[in-house]
Amino acid sequence: MNYRLLYFASLADAAGTAAELRASTATTPAALYDEVARAHGFALPRERLRVAVNGAFVDWDLGLREGDEVVFVPPVSGG
Amino acid sequence: MSRFALQATPIDAAAEQARLGDDAAGACVVFEGRVRDHNDGRRVRKLQYQAYEALALAEGEAIVAEAIARHAVIAARCVHRVGTLEIGDVAVWVGVSAAHRGEAFDCCRRIIDEVKRRVPIWKNEHYADGESGWLHP
Repeated sequence: MNYRLLYFASLADAAGTAAELRASTATTPAALYDEVARAHGFALPRERLRVAVNGAFVDWDLGLREGDEVVFVPPVSGG
Repeated sequence: MSRFALQATPIDAAAEQARLGDDAAGACVVFEGRVRDHNDGRRVRKLQYQAYEALALAEGEAIVAEAIARHAVIAARCVHRVGTLEIGDVAVWVGVSAAHRGEAFDCCRRIIDEVKRRVPIWKNEHYADGESGWLHP
């Protein structure tokens, strides 16, 4: 399936981009993170991240659908 | 009016506080988070804040709504900066008005703590030695 990924902070630096259209056989955010972490060399383990799909936080084992926007949310540092 | 905002321009604290005015409010508590010149023993020159805007606005709004309901205050609002900030700039502003001071202090503390814990905003520190780094605590 095809997904749209947005990257922020250190993940955007590591990926070299803030957004990516990606064709993948992954059907859950967990599998998709494993794939892109390998591809881009992300240092953060999945346990330290949250994931959002189409603008809302979701579980890592959610079933993804064609065209979903997926964002891996690294530990936040606002305030 | 939204109760959580992201802003690329300086926060007008006086204008924000004026919006919380209410004849029933005997207390108004304001917290300003400011950019300091050091962190973890390093000299900080400036900061950049980046937000995942859609989710930050939703999460911030939820935090303020939860805090208003939990502490039974009259009004509350939070504004967080994005973009480049210099030393001394206000990075985040929280204001709460309530009938009495106790709930106003508690509500203000809850909002800033939850914003720092939950809202998808990231800080990139630029150090005096020229290096920079995103903070992922």
